Parts: sequence; structure tokens; C-alpha cells
Amino acid sequence: MRTSCRLSSALILLTACTLPAVAGDLEGSLRTLKAVGPKGAGNRQAAQAWEELARADAEQLPAILAGLDDAGPLAANWIRTAVDAVAQRQLQRGGKLPAAELERFVLDRRHAPRARRLAYEWLLRVDPAAPQRLLAGMLDDPSLELRRDAVAVRIEQAAALEQGQRDRAVAVYQEALTAARDPDQVNLVADRLRTLGLEVDLPRHFGFLVRWKVIGPLDNADEKGFDAVYPPERELDLKASCQGKHGEVKWIDHVTRDNYGWVDLNKALVEEKSVVGYATTEFVSKDRQKVELRSASYNAAKFWLNGQVVYQRNVNHMGSQMDQYVIPVVLNPGRNVILVKVCQNAIMEEWANWWGFQLRVCDANGTAILSTDRDKPPAAK
Amino acid sequence: MKRPRATAIRLTLAAAAVCVFAGGDWLHFRGTDTNGVSDEKNLPVTFAEGKNVAWKVPLPGRGPSSPIVVAGRVVVTSASGPKQDRLHVLCFDARTGKLLWERQLWATGHLVGNPFGGVAAPTPASDGRLIFAFFASNDLACFDLEGNLKWCRGLGYDWPMVRNDVGMASSPLVLGQTVIAQLDTPGDSFVAGINTDGGETRWQIERQKGAIWASPTVLRGKTREEDLVLLQSRSRLSAHDPRTGELVWEYQASCHTISSVTTCGDDVYLPGWGLHALRYDPATRGVKLLWYYKDRFLSTDQSPVVHDGRTYTVQSKSILTCGDAANGERLWQLRLKGDIWATPVLADGRLYCVNQDGLIQVVELGQQGKLIGTSQLDSPVLATPAVADGAIYFRSNEHLWKIASPQE
Repeated sequence: MRTSCRLSSALILLTACTLPAVAGDLEGSLRTLKAVGPKGAGNRQAAQAWEELARADAEQLPAILAGLDDAGPLAANWIRTAVDAVAQRQLQRGGKLPAAELERFVLDRRHAPRARRLAYEWLLRVDPAAPQRLLAGMLDDPSLELRRDAVAVRIEQAAALEQGQRDRAVAVYQEALTAARDPDQVNLVADRLRTLGLEVDLPRHFGFLVRWKVIGPLDNADEKGFDAVYPPERELDLKASCQGKHGEVKWIDHVTRDNYGWVDLNKALVEEKSVVGYATTEFVSKDRQKVELRSASYNAAKFWLNGQVVYQRNVNHMGSQMDQYVIPVVLNPGRNVILVKVCQNAIMEEWANWWGFQLRVCDANGTAILSTDRDKPPAAK
Repeated sequence: MKRPRATAIRLTLAAAAVCVFAGGDWLHFRGTDTNGVSDEKNLPVTFAEGKNVAWKVPLPGRGPSSPIVVAGRVVVTSASGPKQDRLHVLCFDARTGKLLWERQLWATGHLVGNPFGGVAAPTPASDGRLIFAFFASNDLACFDLEGNLKWCRGLGYDWPMVRNDVGMASSPLVLGQTVIAQLDTPGDSFVAGINTDGGETRWQIERQKGAIWASPTVLRGKTREEDLVLLQSRSRLSAHDPRTGELVWEYQASCHTISSVTTCGDDVYLPGWGLHALRYDPATRGVKLLWYYKDRFLSTDQSPVVHDGRTYTVQSKSILTCGDAANGERLWQLRLKGDIWATPVLADGRLYCVNQDGLIQVVELGQQGKLIGTSQLDSPVLATPAVADGAIYFRSNEHLWKIASPQE
């Protein structure tokens, strides 16, 4: 933590040294904008500071953009709208944007990914040829939006190679797949690779956990199961049985073959309403590290890491999609235990049949982090 | 429940006489008075490329939010990016269609939702001076008419458990110095009254769990100080003082979760399992039921429109039903084409109904409903149109159209 603070300070200092000098009032304006807080704190002061910032010359855009480097999510919107105002006014007047400086900013990966993307988009307004020049080097960019555009270029290139240069097309698609983080691009590339005769392990690409032990069904009458503390929550003993809804239940192995790691408890346990199921797995981390557990479920669900509840949501059948829940956690070096509780309610309609979840481990950019003991994955469908 | 017909007719005529119309601007979802009624005249009945299309401009991203019109400007929101986390606010010159300014925000709240809707589902609002852009991520930003950011709230950032993973869609309402945002979700829920000038929370009402996509609606008073805001929940309609959030009256009923309540004068028409016709008495600050017939005047997802003693609802299979606002008698029905998501708008004795395929069907209202014109937009439309300054504005994911008769 202290190391990252020192690095951040060094970055800010370096940024200050390499960018054109920010006028004193701009510096103060940026400081005011960065001070906005939750629940509207600092908005009135920020409105004045914004107007000052929005009056800046276009040459100062890189300096304003750099203000995004250490801005929180709320402050970032103040700064980015000021960037938009400055750049738009300049173009409406028939003026020019500092293209060379914007390009330098885009290429400097020390800046915040979203700031670089914003600079890139304004650069495109004055230099439509910039993508041809820049995107080739952005396949591993920390800005997922820049990376996405670079992946799109690779996909186009691979598609053009499919007729007559299959091996080259495969290589380019694989490059694109390695870089891709957005599910739509990943799906597209996986489909093409499969058409070309290759296997694609999507669970591994995304970091979905596929090997689980599951137990259930336990009782969820009147939806009381969400708050009920059943034995797996008190002590996780995979050899122990416990009282289920209809009698004794035991932990059983379950491996999901789903491309997106969906654990279907209707199949793994039993298709029934008003029930609770648990799933657990181990994740071996090579060291102590910050990761994100990203999960999704149509059901009320609770998540534990190493015995601590890290997220819970008591909502049933109100929509779901990949990465519905993003749960920042810190993994211990070595063995980590993940426990998931999934509650099915009593609604009988077909749309409420789904009972299950998916869970993956990744970094903040969605790059899979794999358990060190992850074995060769089962063939994905 | 029935009432003597003569009394009901007298009451309705009295109510119709005091219906408030908003000319010029169109400041909210369903207009300045959130009732889908405009006093504009001479709107085109049909249009096509080269005929009555004043202008057509492309839009970035996507969004079912409606345009609003304020002081000669048309404001539209949309969201772009694979996660729809880029929130756009666009302001066009109403006369020329020229883009005056565009501002973008990064969503700070949750983005999970049904792709049918989208993050730019709520319609922006204005008080004629400021623009309040609200998104399904629960980001609420205030701009002046020149695009200067005045304040910005991350309601989803502040309250991360206030989320609806089907997607939020309720549009904000501005009354006096308060912008009202309704965040009713399957989890934590609240309605907030936020200071238009500084973005501070003036009041906040915690709400029962239960997703609501319907929007806050104004019940106009004799003066603007007497305006009330109507809020639907799953089990009641409540009226509040917009300055304080204080509860003024409530009516217990199973309310529609998507279709919004509408008003005409002191009368309130609440969609539920049928339409509930209520009358507000400003003297007692209470409300009484005029009529309600279960399963009559059902709305699918659009909101009812009430004007000139008639109710108009669109139910399943796009059947437009006209009722007598005085007694709930069904007068006539007309089957329209396609699935209609957008609330129809009423102007100059005509109802403009746009379906999801972009087909605009214009119905002349009278003893019977008569389809007098159809026009086809080139992309699907979910948004309720806006009507202002002699023009009607349609938006799809791709485009914003201004439809108006050529000026002499």
C-alpha cells in the first residue's frame, strides 16, 4: 500500500514535470474539482471551479486531462466535462487542438486509462488517421476501450486472412482473443476459431471457476433461507452431512461444462422451488493479491471468502448478466476458500426456474487470474 | 363503482376546463405537465424523407429516453460503449438541428440491465433554466442551457445497493427548486428531492422494496406553490409536497409498475389492474375515488392520456381504448399495428402513437377513433415523442427527427 502511494506520488510529480505548466488558477480549479465527495459534497465550489477550467485554452487540454490521473469517480466527471467543453468550443470556433501533445498523452501509459481514451477521442476529431498509427500498439493497453478498438482491428485483419491464409488467420485471431476482455469480442473470436477447427477454453480465458462441491437442497420456505445460518456457514466440513429440506444431504462434486461457468443447481442438485443450495471451492493464490470476484445469479445469493461474507443480495429473478456483482477482495497466499449460497424462491412461472450462479476471479480489467492448481480444463461446449 | 351520470359529467367538464397546458417547451417525460398532452396545432399527419421532415440528426450510442425541448433547444440523452457506461447529454438547436453542445459522463453506478432498455432510459428534465440528465446508473447531472456543468450526483455511487438489475427507467421531475428522482428497486429504495441549484439533497423518503419503473408525476395546483408530486409504489399512490417530501395524501391500490399515473386538472388517473379515476380536493387536501373497473382500460407499458373528458389507453395487442373520463364507460376501440412501448401524445385533437417498429400512427379523436395517417421511421422507436413549437420530435437509438410542416 505504501509502495503504491509512493508510486502514485512519483507519477504525479513526473506528470507535472513533463506536461506544459498549468496556470495557477487551473491547478486550483482541478484541486477543487477533485475535492468533491459523496452526497453532493463540494458541488457548489466545483461549479465555480468548472467554469474557470472550461475557460482554459485548448493548449492546456493535456494538463487538464492529467488531472484525471488521481481523480475519484465523482471528480472525474467534473474534469472530463470540462475537457469536452474546452475542446468543443475550440473546434466550433474553427480553432485547432494540440494534436501532437494529445498523441503524446495517449501514448503515455502512466496516465489514467480513461484520460488517455478521452484524449484519443479528441485527437480523432482532428486527426482521423490516428487509429492506423496508434492502435497496432494497443492490444495490451490498460485502457479497455483503446484495447477494444485494437482488438477490433485484429479481428478485421484475421477475417480478411481466412480465405487462403488459414494459419495466419488463426494466429491473428488468437492474438485478438488473448487481448480481448469484452464478452462480445471474445465470443466473436471464439466462434471464428472454432469454425477454423480450434478448441477454445472460454472458462479459462475469463477465469471462471468450474470445479465445485455442492450441497442441498435445504429449506427456503417463506424465503427465510437467506438469513438462516445453516451448517455450511458455521463450519465448512466437506465430509459432514446436514439436514436438508427432505432429509440428510451431503457434499457432492460438480464440474460445470458451461462456457461461462454457470453452475446450474437444478441439474447439480435437484429442480425444486423454495430451496437453498451451497457451493464451495478452493482457490490457490501464488501470493497475497488484490483480485475481484465477479459473480452473477438470478437468485438471492451470499458470498464468503475465507469465512467472511464479502457480498450478499437478497433479490430474486430480477435480471442477471456476466459480472453482475464485482467484489473486490484480497486473497491470501496459498489456499483460499470460497463459499456461495444461492436461494431459490417459490415463484412457479417458467421465467423463475433458474437456480445457480457463475463466479470468476480476475483483476480490475477483467483479466483472468487462475488458481495455481488449476488443471487442464474440461473441454468447453 | 358507479356514480350518477349527470354529476359525473358536470365534475368532468369542470375538471377539463382547468386542465393545464404547457405551450412552447416540453420539459419532462410526457411534457411539462407529465400528461402527454400538448396545445400545439397544425402538426403534420404524415411525413417522409423530403416531406415535413425539418431535420434528422444521428445520435451516438442508444437509449429509449425521450427528447425534451427547452428554450429553443432539444436535449437528448444516450449511452454508449460495450457496457453503456458512457453517458451522453446532447443539446441541439431546435430550429436547425445543429449540435450546440455535447457532454459525456462516466457512469458511477451499476449498469446491469435488460438490453431492451438501456442505461439512457430515463428522460431528462428541465425547469426552463437548467437541464437535469438522469441515467439508469443513478447518475444525475445538472447543466445550464449552454452546457456548463452545475452539479453532479452519483446516487448509485452513494447508495450502491440501490440497484435494479432489470434496469432503472423512472424519469425525474422538476417542481420549483426541487428535482425529484424515484429510485424504487427490488432492494434498497428511496425517493429524493434534490436542490436544483446546488445538487444537495433537500429530502429523502425511504421506500419499501419493490421495483418501479413509473415516473414521478405532477398534480398541478392553482399556483406552482401548490403543485404536488405523485409517486407510485406497488401498493399505493402517494402525493407529496415537492419542497419537503411531506406526505399529503395516499390511495391504496395495486399500481402498475411501469405505466405512470396521469392527471387532468384535479383528476388523477392511476393505472393498475384497470384505471382508477380519482379526484383531488385542494380544500381538504384529500382524494376520493370517482370510478374504477377492474380490467377495464388496462395499459400494457405506456401511460394513459386524458383530455377533454376522454381517457386513452393502449392495452395488449395495441388496442387503443377511449373511455369516458366522467364515468369510466368504454366508448370505442381501435386496433393499431405493432407493439407500442412509447406513451402516445395528444395534440390538436389527434393522438400520435409510435410503435416499436418505428411506425407512427395518427388517430383523429372523436365519436370514433379514425386512423388518418401513418409514417415509417427507419429504425425502431421506444421513446415517447416530444411536442413543442409546432413540431413533433421522435427519437430512436440512431436518430432524432424534427417533424414539422414547412413554414410559409
